[in-house]
Amino acid sequence: MLKNHRARRAATYVLLAGAVTLTLSACSKTQSASSPTSTPTSASTAKCGTVNLADNAWVGYEANLAVVSYVLKNDLGCKVVVKNISEEISWQGFASGQVDAILENWGHDDLAKKYITTQNVAVDLGLTGNQGIIGWYVVPWMATKYPDILDYRNLNKYATMFKTSESGSKGAFLDGDPSYVTNDEALIKNLGLNYKVIYTGSEAALITSFRTAEAQKKPLIGYFYEPQWFLAEVPLKHVTLPPYTAGCDAVAAKVACDYPPYALNKIARVAFMNSGSPAATMIKNFQWTNADQNSVAKSLAVDKLTDDAAAKIWVDAHPDQVKAWLKA
Amino acid sequence: MATQLLVAPTSEKSKVEAPKKSKLNRYLAFLTVGFLSFAILFRGKATLPLDRSSLTPFQVSLNSFSAWIDTNRDSNPIFTSFINVIRGSINGFVTFLQNLISQTGDTRSIPQIGWLGIVAIIGWVVYAISNTRIAIFAMAGFVSLGLLGFWQESMDTLALTLAAVSISLIIGIPLGICAGLYPKFERFITPALDFAQVMPTFVYLTPVTLFFLIGPASATIVTLIYALPPALRITAVAIKQVPWSSVEAAVSMGSTRMQALRKVQLPQAKRTIVVGINQTIMAALSMVTIAALIDAPGLGQVVVRALESLDVGRSFQAGLAIVILAVVLDRSTTAAASKVDSGTTSGTSHRTHRFVLTVLAALALAMCLISRALDWAGAFPGTWTVGSTIAKYANLWVAWFQVHFVTLTNDITDVVSYGLINPMQSLLTQSPWFITGLAFVGLGTIFGGKKLAAISAFCVVAIVGTGLWSDTMVTLASTLVASVITVALGILVGTWIGRSRRADRWVRPILDAGQVLPAFVYLVPFLGLFGATRFTAIMAAVVYAAPASIKLMADGIRGVPDTIVEAATAAGSSSWQMIVKVQIPSARRALALATNQGIIYVLAMIVVGGLVGAGGLGYLVVAGFAQENLKGKGLAAGLAIVLLGIMLDRITQAIAHRNSKEYSQSSH
Repeated sequence: MLKNHRARRAATYVLLAGAVTLTLSACSKTQSASSPTSTPTSASTAKCGTVNLADNAWVGYEANLAVVSYVLKNDLGCKVVVKNISEEISWQGFASGQVDAILENWGHDDLAKKYITTQNVAVDLGLTGNQGIIGWYVVPWMATKYPDILDYRNLNKYATMFKTSESGSKGAFLDGDPSYVTNDEALIKNLGLNYKVIYTGSEAALITSFRTAEAQKKPLIGYFYEPQWFLAEVPLKHVTLPPYTAGCDAVAAKVACDYPPYALNKIARVAFMNSGSPAATMIKNFQWTNADQNSVAKSLAVDKLTDDAAAKIWVDAHPDQVKAWLKA
Repeated sequence: MATQLLVAPTSEKSKVEAPKKSKLNRYLAFLTVGFLSFAILFRGKATLPLDRSSLTPFQVSLNSFSAWIDTNRDSNPIFTSFINVIRGSINGFVTFLQNLISQTGDTRSIPQIGWLGIVAIIGWVVYAISNTRIAIFAMAGFVSLGLLGFWQESMDTLALTLAAVSISLIIGIPLGICAGLYPKFERFITPALDFAQVMPTFVYLTPVTLFFLIGPASATIVTLIYALPPALRITAVAIKQVPWSSVEAAVSMGSTRMQALRKVQLPQAKRTIVVGINQTIMAALSMVTIAALIDAPGLGQVVVRALESLDVGRSFQAGLAIVILAVVLDRSTTAAASKVDSGTTSGTSHRTHRFVLTVLAALALAMCLISRALDWAGAFPGTWTVGSTIAKYANLWVAWFQVHFVTLTNDITDVVSYGLINPMQSLLTQSPWFITGLAFVGLGTIFGGKKLAAISAFCVVAIVGTGLWSDTMVTLASTLVASVITVALGILVGTWIGRSRRADRWVRPILDAGQVLPAFVYLVPFLGLFGATRFTAIMAAVVYAAPASIKLMADGIRGVPDTIVEAATAAGSSSWQMIVKVQIPSARRALALATNQGIIYVLAMIVVGGLVGAGGLGYLVVAGFAQENLKGKGLAAGLAIVLLGIMLDRITQAIAHRNSKEYSQSSH
């Protein structure tokens, strides 16, 4: 009996505390409204409002995002909401109105068709200025020691060196994050190479593998791409494949040529572009080079700066370029 | 991520004719020889391989299902009138909690309650439900979240966890009471619960965002799916534990069935229900990083983003915050459960307690007001944090370790891969599916009779139906190796800490950390040490699964009756004889249970293994999350994991059940 009584008491207290908290929160609205939080540097606060930016999980994207949101916040007084989501879910966000812009898009013809052409909810905002390269790479020490390894025709000669516990009797070829576009299995088959694709399953696994292989001077070959901050730490060497010609990758199972060069672009939500927000114009104007992106990416990944700190360094060094982005 | 009480209730019912021990061994030997000889004879036939990028018709049909959702979201009435309403209300609930404790609004620089206020409230609540010592511990824990530099992220995580846990309890406890009262309902709902706990979260991340879009609602629902089953199951167990005679007594004295429930069953079940709440909280917290993949706010975000730049230190820093949060909530609710248990207080101390509570409530309220008025008490002062120092040292330590041990760890990887994983995998993937399938059915028959044989046969056929038999065998090989290591650790460490209270005190926090620390934190160092291999995945699974096995084994050792131990001592047994001849054999049931839970926990990590080079089903699930045209295949892989999990779980449970029976027979 006593126990029950006590429990009821405790419950009353909890309820009471809850009620007090609620009252508190109700009266606080007026109280703290008078204390301003942050002071935007520009007068255009009212015009910009909230911008929802997708954040895809690689550092090059992160660099674009850092600089764009820094400029949006500091020069236009926008409230930037960053959504950490994968590429496909980002595109989904155009349809649901939850994402305003993707700042570095790698191809994705299927998604472009679905959301730009068919549903008409997204629009191509033009190039970021970054050139994307996808291809086969080896650790740099091997390129120095065996220069002819950089031609795919000589890869079979070295296949046994690349053998690991995972690859059976063949050489191991490493693939990374499953969301990236790869033709590697078809390439190996169609070029008659004695290798087996090992699906590491994540970018972290791929980069760590390259990093340890270079440090220990162990052989490693795999899929990689530029621009990528890791190349500043370990400059992987690109292996040439049969050159890309338009349409040579049309049938996935028959691909026997290199990856196409990617001109990376920005995608935005149609309604956001029509809203007249100055942020829309700024994102449309945003353009820079691979070197620019790499320098910010390095601040983020190697020097471990926060997004804003890394962006500030670059923005302070390039005032004219930022000014050009802000022009209506 | 795991399934602590998975299926525990069901085994009680299956009454099995246990064959005699010698007969059993003969059957097993026969089965093994039969399997091996046929496997070698038909090697390479009917192995059902499937290329990475090929799809079976079944997988394609799953693909079109998710496309259908996408196109009908805004028109179908199920969405407009039902799902969108749920999304709206959950979003509102989470946003309300965030405004209260974590997020600053447009006009405020701190949340409604600043950090000092939250720490005070936590102290008060924990004091009210448990005791002074735990209350101080909880407050210290919360302050350390701020010191780590993650106050706001921690509060976001807390808000989301509170939301998911309270919805889990609101749904789970009533349903659990129903399941406890009506066995039919329990039988009906058990497969659904199994499904929810074994199905890898990655599989339903995309469907959930399709239904509920990105945002707090999706994050809460993903967490909910995983956290609700323990609440329901344990409540059902709690209700069933109450002796039927006491219910009958109440009814015969004129109570209605409802009154009997309220006055007799619920009060007696309360302690176990609190244990269920504890398990629900832990399950919710284990989802923090996964939910971050669909933009759940909080500590998970920090971990996921640190992984991008391979920043081990920072992910460790955030992982530590998650561990602290988990340990605080775990200890508080555990203490609350034992307090419910330990009953009566005298009248005077009760009045004193009430008085103290009132005073402390006033104090907590004052702290809240202060936290709203003063800057340093509102937002956690940045100058106090030591997080980046911890991150720096963690990075340095990991780098040092890697440089000095990488040769050794590479050798270990090779020995285990060539010596154990490769032969196992080639045996399983090269055998015809019907031979391996028959072996499973045989195991089921030996240990569980016809019913288990039927379940095994169903699972085998269904796995073949998913089109992923070969990948399932790859995964099974790694799962078996990981389970062997897990059980070996369970026996070694479990026996050690089961025999020594002091060792237990030191080891237990490490075990807790192993269970709660997000795998993403240690994946990068493991990758550095063991490469992108199946062995890395196995190690990650062992870190997660071994603690459960160790704890269960330690409990078993401790549960060996004193009389037996004393008798052995009197007979002059040495410590070694005591362990090998007396304690481990007596703890046989615990050992079987440790094996069962070890396997289930290993299975929970399969998908994470797919992120570090394990291939198999785990990789397919991850790929399905990432690529539009592989979505159906990922879904099928998820199904295959569930089927494999249910089969292994039922078989090992039957073994555990038999062992306990034998033990009870032999000790009579």
